[in-house]
Amino acid sequence: MKWLSKMFMKRSSWSFPYFLFLLLFVVLPLVLIGIYAFQDDAGKFTFANFSKFISNPEAANTFVYSIGIAIITTILCIVLGYPAAYILSNRSLCRSRVMVVLFILPMWINILVRTLATVALFDFMHLPLGEGALIFGMVYNFLPFMIYPIYNTMSKMDHSYIEAAQDLGANPLTVFTKVVLPLSMPGVMSGVMMVFMPTISTFAIAELLTMNNIKLFGTTIQENINNGMWNYGAALSLIMLVIIFATDLFSDNEEEMASNEGGII
Amino acid sequence: MKKFFAQAYLWLLLALLYAPILIIAIFSFTEAKVLGNWTGFSTKLYTSLFQSGAHHSLVSAIENTLIIALISAGVSTLLGSIAAIGIDRLRGHKRAVLNTLNNIPMLNPDIITGISLFLLFVSFGISQGYTTVILAHITFCTPYVVLCVLPRLQQMNPNIFEAALDLGATPFQALRKVLIPEIKPGMISGFILAFTLSIDDFAVTIFTIGTEGLETLSTFIYADARKGGLTPELRPLSTIIFATVLLLLVVINIRAERNRRKEEEETAR
Repeated sequence: MKWLSKMFMKRSSWSFPYFLFLLLFVVLPLVLIGIYAFQDDAGKFTFANFSKFISNPEAANTFVYSIGIAIITTILCIVLGYPAAYILSNRSLCRSRVMVVLFILPMWINILVRTLATVALFDFMHLPLGEGALIFGMVYNFLPFMIYPIYNTMSKMDHSYIEAAQDLGANPLTVFTKVVLPLSMPGVMSGVMMVFMPTISTFAIAELLTMNNIKLFGTTIQENINNGMWNYGAALSLIMLVIIFATDLFSDNEEEMASNEGGII
Repeated sequence: MKKFFAQAYLWLLLALLYAPILIIAIFSFTEAKVLGNWTGFSTKLYTSLFQSGAHHSLVSAIENTLIIALISAGVSTLLGSIAAIGIDRLRGHKRAVLNTLNNIPMLNPDIITGISLFLLFVSFGISQGYTTVILAHITFCTPYVVLCVLPRLQQMNPNIFEAALDLGATPFQALRKVLIPEIKPGMISGFILAFTLSIDDFAVTIFTIGTEGLETLSTFIYADARKGGLTPELRPLSTIIFATVLLLLVVINIRAERNRRKEEEETAR
């Protein structure tokens, strides 16, 4: 009992239960993905899962195709979202904060409900489901995740920089390219992280928006796991993890990203 | 002129964002089985949604979703707050390790979290159901709670807690009277965030829910959509969810704005 009350007194040890929890439910499961990925059905060490991925044109094609769709989605989100974030953060163009809430609101609606709504819209307009619907649905789903981080960075921006540039004779275009754009880049980076990865990894959305005609990488992984091909599924997951790690290397503002997601309430 | 174009652009984008949900809302007021057919105004879908027995699986899916969200948000808030109190006092190396571990579930795509937990449960032969879904939800919710509570602790004057102890408070009293009131706003926003994350989740749930027939709202919609026809009652349900969230967020933000203005006025005086 004595050591227990001692532990209670020392506040830093309060993090210990959570540390154990993280080891058990975060670290160990990820290690298991690594183990399963290098095993065959009998549990023997093998590289077969990875050579299967490289030699199997369907899985590899899906992978490349998903990255393509994710790039298109991300670019469209930046093109549509950046001006919106700029206007929202500019007090002289938009004064009401309720407007910001209206843009963030869709983030809080179940992603399947949103996708369902997109399917309904395409049905209603008699538009065919397929690649167009897929890209529309992805942009529709992830646009708020691009707008919010950019908006956040821009509204924290120190406006005296802009005034200084204007005083020193920069024209509006120069002010934008030399001051506003570089200062808003961290926001764009978190936006890219929050749009690009989910686009590659979602599975149900692509299925519903294309009547199961187009597969994304997430769908391939899910199908393999569902069909009991755990080892191959784990190998594909590991490949996805490597990409995340790679994207993560060129932007390291996780804490800001998380606070972006939680900041609205 | 510039302002006119800016406003026009915002409204156009909003119209695009809200068009799908608006169509669902409009067609929730008609009886037609297929969306897009209008067979006259009716609130029958709303009444049949709340009729017990008629759509048993949908209603139980909603119940499951809410129960899972309440339990996982509650446990996450407790676990996350205790962890944050500890992390606040950690320094250097240990703190960096815990921060990194805390970030992993937030950075991982849901599908990776889902599959990794699925592999954990099957490796240890744990049968999947309520417990595994709740454990999974706690796993991806707690990091957000930690990030909500930690800033409150960092803003707090560290001497207050020690002062309470020096003045003869037991550690428990110091906790209850000093620390908890200080971090309460962070705990509340952490709870709300965890609750909504849990309700919204689909990818992690589907890998940890097992095959015993347990359904949450997300998995219900998914299964329903895969069968081809969408249950018409999903239309009023989506509309209700949407309206509730809209109302909640607008009220919260209007109140926050009012408070801010009041504060600004007071400091101006």
